[in-house]
Amino acid sequence: MKKLMTGNEAIARGAYEAGVRYASAYPGTPSTEILENVALYKDDILAEWANNEKVALEAAIGASMAGARALASMKHVGVNVAADPLFTVSYTGVYGGMVLVSADEPGQHSSQNEQDNRNYAKFAKIPMLEPSDSQESKDMTKVAFDISEKYNTPVLIRMTTRVCHSKGTVECLDREEKAIIEYKKDINKYVTVPAVARKLRVKVEERQKELLEFSNSTELNYMEWNDTKVGVISSGVCYSYAKEVFGNTASYLKLGYTQPLPTEKIKEFCSKVEKIYVIEENDPYIEEQVRVLGFECYGNNLFPAYGEMLPEVIRQAVFGEIKPNVEYDEKEVVSRPPTLCAGCPHRGFYHELGKRKNVLMSGDIGCYSLAFSEPYNAVDQNICMGSSISVGHGAQQVFNMNENNKMRVVSCLGDSTFFHTGINSLIDVIYNNSNTVNVILDNRITGMTGHQENPGSGYTLQGEKTVELDIEAIVKALGFKNVITINPNDLKAVKHALDWALSLDEPSVIITRWPCVLKKFSPEDKEEFSTAFKSKCIVDEEKCIGCKACIRTGCPAISFDKISKKSKIDQDSCVGCEVCLQVCPVKAIRKVEA
Amino acid sequence: MTNNILLVGVGGQGTILASKLLTIGLLESGYDVKMSEIHGMSQRGGSVSSHVRYGDKVESPVIELGGADILVSFEKMEALRYLNYLKPNGIVVVNDFEINSMPILSGKLDYPENAVEVLKSKAKTIVIDGAKEAETIGNSKVMNVILLGTIIKSMKLEDIDWDKILRDNIKPKLIDINLKALEVGMNLV
Repeated sequence: MKKLMTGNEAIARGAYEAGVRYASAYPGTPSTEILENVALYKDDILAEWANNEKVALEAAIGASMAGARALASMKHVGVNVAADPLFTVSYTGVYGGMVLVSADEPGQHSSQNEQDNRNYAKFAKIPMLEPSDSQESKDMTKVAFDISEKYNTPVLIRMTTRVCHSKGTVECLDREEKAIIEYKKDINKYVTVPAVARKLRVKVEERQKELLEFSNSTELNYMEWNDTKVGVISSGVCYSYAKEVFGNTASYLKLGYTQPLPTEKIKEFCSKVEKIYVIEENDPYIEEQVRVLGFECYGNNLFPAYGEMLPEVIRQAVFGEIKPNVEYDEKEVVSRPPTLCAGCPHRGFYHELGKRKNVLMSGDIGCYSLAFSEPYNAVDQNICMGSSISVGHGAQQVFNMNENNKMRVVSCLGDSTFFHTGINSLIDVIYNNSNTVNVILDNRITGMTGHQENPGSGYTLQGEKTVELDIEAIVKALGFKNVITINPNDLKAVKHALDWALSLDEPSVIITRWPCVLKKFSPEDKEEFSTAFKSKCIVDEEKCIGCKACIRTGCPAISFDKISKKSKIDQDSCVGCEVCLQVCPVKAIRKVEA
Repeated sequence: MTNNILLVGVGGQGTILASKLLTIGLLESGYDVKMSEIHGMSQRGGSVSSHVRYGDKVESPVIELGGADILVSFEKMEALRYLNYLKPNGIVVVNDFEINSMPILSGKLDYPENAVEVLKSKAKTIVIDGAKEAETIGNSKVMNVILLGTIIKSMKLEDIDWDKILRDNIKPKLIDINLKALEVGMNLV
């Protein structure tokens, strides 16, 4: 049966059809929907959110070791977190087939960098597949498990945003059950003490040779012959873009299997075409191999070294112009930056934090990174997941070297980011005793990626009730004496907490606890937050003096009418968080029942 | 030949449901279909776009600049933002609806003046009042299906069994009102 699926849904379908029994992931755009869709095959696959990508990959390694086919998925930067086990599981190999899906982000639609994770496959010496559409995403997932078991290796599937999030037709087949292989202890395979690992190291090189033969013979790498004046070598979604631009006027070497690259096929193709274009996103991964083999080609010297290789980008680079179109200067259109939602629990906190002077505001990865901009200006850095607390710690230690230091650090991250790696950083703070203020913005869910459960939610990915980790108890157990939990919508409480924490010359933790406005409430939420989102705020126009104090909370429900010089609150989007009500100097905003 | 429909709007306006119904209909009537959208931060009031492409064999999942046969915008300013995706002889269907973005809400910048007139001066433009039409039908949330109706008519896709597509993909209690919305939309073009 044919279905329309995104690449992410197709990966999940492929895992199902391949007989996968276990899958683990940490959410991250554009990879999140892979595990969300795997989780739907509840009767056949155990799917779990891990608290970070390293844990996800390790859990998949364990599942494979215990004899089941296992999958781990993550966004490109997540593979950095998982890199430690990745490089060594390349040595040990697998029992049950094991596949790691990396979702890269050419164009950085929702990411802090544009790293090319094809380099990881080469670096870790593991096989790699690059699907270019949804059908291939499903098919290659199944092939990946076969390769994994045949060659005793984890396999990397490199997805990119457009493949993850585009829909195409997919032919769905039945699931092929794979029996769990009985566990057999083998210290010469899995115990990587140097004496063993040195032997495994040799096997990895032998495997590379076998994989090179596979790469040269597999139908995943194929040639399409048309006119031989122009030859295009491409992989992933770039192949689709290239076909769009060149159509049948060029010949193609389409690469689906790309570690190691098929040197013989590349030589054959390159020697039969006159002009070679290597079209790929991010790094010149294929191009470098083409050049090593001695062929001159157009790649990084013609196409941009960054961003997406969209059809118009290829057309501009090759033909010097884009298609005729209807022009309008986009700069004349007002930007539409993403904002903290009306009722977002981060608003009250950042409204207060942004007022502070002599504070380095150490930020992190999540919706709250939006507080870097107007009107809050309350984020100085957000390098990576969990970095707020540890970067903040290092900065504070150096500030403190100055005898007359006035600078303090306030480090902020969300609940899921705390469980991800922030908890490690907090251990560093208490162990090395810096007087940083550490804020955990607990909105009861993993918000940014579209509401995934986490260890603090009390529910698993597949909806089972589980232990709900208590952040305050964890922090106290780590040894923090100065801990306070507040409602971030209560501006007086936020101000008091910050004053108190900044008055201390020792480490402190502030926990803000209020649910994301978009969260679907659990029965426990309904009880704890029974008053949440049940009222509206309105402006009394008679009293409003047009001072814009409410506008400066950055709430998208509030607008300023330039003619009447009054503020107005959109009743459809207001949920009555009352932050604006508290900042109004003339009490012109009041609460009404919804 | 590949046909290209670009749907744009603001996060939360229902562009995703409209493009989903559209692609299901196209698939069931035998076309090869590809659809692309960027998720990420769209839920936070950002600009959103769905690229729908169909034909005998579709290659790229995204529409090229200058490649759209029709630009359907759920919001006026967004039509201007994506205008360079339109072919020189392409059609704009624009919903006469304004959603102010943060720089406008805060009074720093003004919403583009005469957006509809600008569109009309650049391309064949059909203006519809989706909000008013939806209110007449009795539910403001069917604005997206009204716009779907305008696409179906403009792209001459009336032969597809949309009745069935809606019945198969919409909650039972909302089917009648959405069928009505589709009909209204088709009659607006």
